[in-house]
Amino acid sequence: MGVEVLSMSIDSMFTHKMWNDHELAKMVDGGVPFPMLSDAGGKIGTVYGVYDEEAGVETRGRFLIDPDGIVQGYEVLTPPIGRNVGETIRQLQALQLIREKEGTEATPSGWKPGKATLKPGIDLVGNVWKEWKTDQAFD
Amino acid sequence: MSTEAAGCTRPTGGPAEEQTNSSETKQQQPSMEVQAMIKVGRKAPDFTAPGYHKGEFINVKLSDYLGKWVVLCFYPGDFTFV
Repeated sequence: MGVEVLSMSIDSMFTHKMWNDHELAKMVDGGVPFPMLSDAGGKIGTVYGVYDEEAGVETRGRFLIDPDGIVQGYEVLTPPIGRNVGETIRQLQALQLIREKEGTEATPSGWKPGKATLKPGIDLVGNVWKEWKTDQAFD
Repeated sequence: MSTEAAGCTRPTGGPAEEQTNSSETKQQQPSMEVQAMIKVGRKAPDFTAPGYHKGEFINVKLSDYLGKWVVLCFYPGDFTFV
């Protein structure tokens, strides 16, 4: 997909190394393939709105940043909830298609690769019901 | 992304200041708390951060990734589940 992943927590890079080498490498052959970054003190997390000062940790924030450095979407979850990686990938596929089509196509609710897009324009006003059915919102 | 020599100090990164931030504007708002500046459609705040990648200690600047799609993931801590 041509997407770079960066992870970040308040742990030091030394802790990252231990976690990668001693646990994560047992889950993923060769270890974590992306940079694991350290935000000791939570300064970056504060700017991104994900640093919990009381707990001293960062919440489960996930930011999609386009090639121009623009935030195209984000999700922030409390610590006990794991992410849905499939949904992140779907959003990236939609964003990449929209960027490729330079805004001439939009991805309606439930869109995933292979499903129809909408072509925003005056002809579509009041006519989305002809182009998109509610069952398309679901898999 | 540059390789860093490992020393005894624990390096930290932080937000990378935009060049347009003059000291004058800082003086005008001395007690203003840092606020979350994330909005969709707006620029992702730049930062530099030390890290670990494939056996090396590195330094990463977000703006070095311009031209590429980036997924930036925060999480509570190492040795927890992701």
